[in-house]
Amino acid sequence: MNSNTIKKTKPRKNALVMFIHKMGSPPWFYQFTGKFIPWFWLIFGVLTVWGLYLGLVKVPADYLQGESFRIMYLHVPAAWISMLIYSLMAVMGFIALVWRIRIVEILAMCSAPIGAAFTIVTLTAGSLWGRPTWGTYWVWDARLTSELVLLFLYLGVIGLYNSIDEPRKAARAACLLALVGAVNLPIIHYSVKWWNTLHQGSSISLTGGSSIDSSMLWPLLIMAIATKFYYAANLLTRSRVKLLEQDIRKSWVREILREKS
Amino acid sequence: MSAVPVGGSLSKAFFALLRRDLLLAFRRRTELLFPVIFLLVVVSLFPLGIGPGPQLLARIAPGVIWIAALLATVISLDGLFRSDFEDGTMEQFVISGHPLTLISLAKIVAHWLVAGLPIVLLSPLLALWMNLPLESLKVMIMTLVLGTPILSLIGSIGVGLTISLKRGGQLLSLLVFPLYVPILIIATAAVMAASDSLPYMQFLGLLLAGLITSLTLAPFAAASALKISLS
Repeated sequence: MNSNTIKKTKPRKNALVMFIHKMGSPPWFYQFTGKFIPWFWLIFGVLTVWGLYLGLVKVPADYLQGESFRIMYLHVPAAWISMLIYSLMAVMGFIALVWRIRIVEILAMCSAPIGAAFTIVTLTAGSLWGRPTWGTYWVWDARLTSELVLLFLYLGVIGLYNSIDEPRKAARAACLLALVGAVNLPIIHYSVKWWNTLHQGSSISLTGGSSIDSSMLWPLLIMAIATKFYYAANLLTRSRVKLLEQDIRKSWVREILREKS
Repeated sequence: MSAVPVGGSLSKAFFALLRRDLLLAFRRRTELLFPVIFLLVVVSLFPLGIGPGPQLLARIAPGVIWIAALLATVISLDGLFRSDFEDGTMEQFVISGHPLTLISLAKIVAHWLVAGLPIVLLSPLLALWMNLPLESLKVMIMTLVLGTPILSLIGSIGVGLTISLKRGGQLLSLLVFPLYVPILIIATAAVMAASDSLPYMQFLGLLLAGLITSLTLAPFAAASALKISLS
C-alpha cells in the first residue's frame, strides 16, 4: 500500500520541464538544434537583405548628416546585440555555475566570440561614421569608450577560457569572470557616460516617442531582428561543433560520424 | 562530513592568517619593494617623456599617479595567492573548515597592507615630482586610501581565476584593468575637481560606496574563483 501512494505522488513532469531537461543532454541538443539552424540562417539572410535594401537604398538621405547616417543601420543593431549577448552570456554563466549544465557552459562560452565580433563591428562602423560627422575617426566619448571596455571584457573572457586546458574548468572560470563583468558593466557604463557626454543624445527610446521618422526606423528594427537570428544561428552552429569536439570519444558522436560518412 | 573549524573562532583564524602573511612578506623584503620601485620608476618616466613643464605635469598628475598605482597593484597581485597555491597551502586552507571567503579576505587585507599602503605613503613624493598643488594632495591621498583597497579586492578575483595558469600574470592585467575603469575615472575626477577648487566630496562618497560594495562582494567571488582553480 505504501508503495502505491509513493507511485501516485511521484511528481508529474510538465512539458516545459521535460523539454529543458532533455536539452541538457548533448545528443538530444545536437539533434534538436540541427533542425533549426538552417532556418535561422535563412531568416537572417532574408531580413538582412531586406533591411539593408530599405536602409541603404530606399530611405532618403538625412537632411543633416547626408548619406553617412546609413552606417547607423549596421552600427546601432551591432551595438544593441553586443550588449545583449554580454548579458545573455552572464545569465548563462550564472546558470552554468549554479546548476553545472555542460550545454549551458558551452553556449555561454560560444557567445563570447560572437559578442566580441559585434563590438568590433560597432566600433569600426562608429568610427567610420565619426569621420564625416565629427571630423575624426575616434572620439573618447561615452558610448565608444564603454563599447571599447565591453570589447576588453569579452577579450578577457575569451582569453581566460582559452588559457585553461581542461574545458569544463575553463568554462566555469570564464563564466565567473563574465558574471563579475556583468556586475561591473552598469558601473563602468555610467561612470564613462558621466565622464564624457560629447555624443549626441540617444534618439530611440522604448518608453518615449522616438525622434526619428518611422520610414527610417523600420530598416533599423529589421536589422536588429536580423542580428538576433544571426546570433542564434552562429551560436548554435558553434556550440554543436564544440560539443562534437569535446565528445569525440563518446558513442553518440561516433554514431553521427558513421551516419555522415 | 561536518566542517568543524579546527582551531578557535573566525576572527582568530582571520588574524592568525593576516599575521602569517605579513610575516612572510617581511621575510622577503626585496620582493616587497619591487612594486614600490616600479611605481616610482613609472611616474618618473612621465616628466621624461612629456617634458618638465610644471603646468602640464600638474594637469596630468592625478591620472599619472593613479595609472601608476593600477600598474603597481597588478604587478604585486600575482603574489597574492601564488606561493600558497603552488606549495599546497591553499588546499589545506580549503580543508581546514574555515570559510574560503574569510581566508581570501585575510589575504586581501595583507596584500593591501603590503602593496596598497606603500602607494598611499609614497603619494606625497609622487605629488611633489608631478608638481601637484598641496591642497590637491590631501584629496589625492584620500582617493588612494579609499581606492587602493578596491584594487586589491577586485584584483583578488582575477588572481583566483588565473592562479592555475603558468603565465597568469599576463592574462591578469587583461582581466582586471577593464574592471578598474570606474575607480580610475572617479578618483582622478576627485583630484582634478580639488585642483580646480570645485567640490569633490561626492567623488569620495562614490569611492567609499565602491569600497563597501567590493568589500562585501569581492571576497565571495575570489573564494569561488579559487575553488574553480583548485578543482
